[in-house]
Amino acid sequence: MPKNQIDPTKWVDQYSDYLFNFTVARVNDRDMAQDLISETFLAGLKSMKNFKGEASERTWLISILKRKIIDHYRKSNSKKGKAEVHINYKDDESEGDWLEERVADPFDKTAEDQIQNEELGEAIFNCLSKLPEKQARIFRMKTIDDFDTETICNEFDITPSNFWVIIHRARTAMASCMEKNWF
Amino acid sequence: MKVKLECHEANHICDKNQYKEAGFLEKVRLTFHLIYCRACRKYTANNTKLTKAMNNPKVDTVSQAEKNALKERLARELGQ
Repeated sequence: MPKNQIDPTKWVDQYSDYLFNFTVARVNDRDMAQDLISETFLAGLKSMKNFKGEASERTWLISILKRKIIDHYRKSNSKKGKAEVHINYKDDESEGDWLEERVADPFDKTAEDQIQNEELGEAIFNCLSKLPEKQARIFRMKTIDDFDTETICNEFDITPSNFWVIIHRARTAMASCMEKNWF
Repeated sequence: MKVKLECHEANHICDKNQYKEAGFLEKVRLTFHLIYCRACRKYTANNTKLTKAMNNPKVDTVSQAEKNALKERLARELGQ
């Protein structure tokens, strides 16, 4: 089986929306999410040599991102958590110590993608990534960015009929993809 | 005036309707077509669900400006 190639120049365009939705669903803060994905890309750059090509690029970036999210939670909870942890130590006599740091890392790369219960935003961008590039761009510009038909036609140098055909194909593909995971 | 639509015409009007670009008469003809065509009813239902999903406020993109900033940062790191 061919190994996956890694290409950082395309990361932002290909993955930033997906990673962003993934993060925002979990941290509920747009600015923090922005920082986290930015750090993820940089960390990815630095460990490019360690990428073994067994998982897809996106899966690999997500696993980096997940660890960053956990670190974020540890930092923001550490102040709250300490007092409670100490109380636990005193009251809990049975079964040995429970150390806060010893949280098992349950993330399994291969099973993850299938089991994962995706948030709506993730599901949408996942489906969007499966479309051919031209369709995806036009669909996104029209539906998400709310450009009007004429502008898009001028930009891509196509007729309105051509435009609607593309939109039709894009919507059909999106609908059937969403039907699998979501509807 | 021709009242009955072909399915591909009905789908076309349905698509336009998602973006509020369908005219009144077109919508009338679409509604009539949907009475007897189950396939297009399904298509319309899916299309509407898709539109609702896309308009969900939870669905968010990274703005183009933010993306450009990210790309610059990465390019700088790569260059070093």
